[in-house]
Amino acid sequence: MKKQNLYEYCLQLGDTSFILSHRIAEYCSKAPHLEEDLAITNVGLDLLGQAESFLKYAAEIKDDGTNEDDLAFKRKEKDFRSIHLSEIPNFDFAFILGRQFLMDVYNELLFTQLSNSNDPIINGISKKSIKEIRYHLQRSKDWMIRLGQGTEESNQRIQQALNDLWMYTNELFYNTKVEIELEKEGIAVLSSSLENDWRKKTNEIIIEAALTVPENQHHSMVYGKDGTHTEYLGYLLAEMQHLPLLYPDAKW
Amino acid sequence: MGEDNQGILWEVFLQPKAGRPFKHVGSLHAYDKKMAMTAARDLYTRRGEGKGIWLVKADDIVSSQLEDGEAFFDPSNDKVYRHPTFYSMPDGVKHI
Repeated sequence: MKKQNLYEYCLQLGDTSFILSHRIAEYCSKAPHLEEDLAITNVGLDLLGQAESFLKYAAEIKDDGTNEDDLAFKRKEKDFRSIHLSEIPNFDFAFILGRQFLMDVYNELLFTQLSNSNDPIINGISKKSIKEIRYHLQRSKDWMIRLGQGTEESNQRIQQALNDLWMYTNELFYNTKVEIELEKEGIAVLSSSLENDWRKKTNEIIIEAALTVPENQHHSMVYGKDGTHTEYLGYLLAEMQHLPLLYPDAKW
Repeated sequence: MGEDNQGILWEVFLQPKAGRPFKHVGSLHAYDKKMAMTAARDLYTRRGEGKGIWLVKADDIVSSQLEDGEAFFDPSNDKVYRHPTFYSMPDGVKHI
């Protein structure tokens, strides 16, 4: 039972970074200028690295010959544990930066806590990841302020992005069954325990950026963390998994 | 802001490790110091190339002119006594 919980928790930690990294990869070559294109793609690569570590650990726990690539490319949609916020298709630069900002604040809180996890592997991956995440947050915070305090158009676009994304943020604080179980053993962190700090930090930066914090609203009765996804994930997986499914175990 | 709307041109210098000289590695566009610094980090240090970054606005660099080349540099070519090649270096001296 504990083994199954730990496996699911690793998917939960890895899948959101994995799907978000794919969304960022889709944006490669489309940023407003070269420097920013490389920078945002680098963030995506960091997230992919973090996802790989968690999926690799999940595969080890499963211990039936599955590897991290199998989990990435051969898993069905309902077996993914990514949150809805990571699945929403890209819109414009402000949307991508806004989404990244909301995730970065959350990831910084989550992986700081997980750096004290009693599970040595989760502990290690988190300590390694937190260095990258702190840089991601510094970047996305700078961009929030830059866009918010920039021109009328940039302010309006980043405000629109926040308004459109805000309803998906509830899921960040939803506790899954596995994390409730594993939290008792000091392995996991309850998502709900991060809510106050997340609201405080995001409010602070949104206000500094001369923007308005949108109102909270529930968008869904079911969440990606439990395997029920937005309509967008299926299309994303169809594209991402297409080649490995067409040519199983191809090498290059 | 430049006419191409990509911001100011900055020259990037990296220090491979503490105590070593900064070397020019390339350039980038950014609107201000803060943005230039994060861009430099992302463009030039992702593979462990450096432990320190210097940024200089390209406009602030005073450079010699190509057409002055002969007058500036050629006269030193035939004066071997200007080079310290007649000394033997002590064993303890490094990085020269």
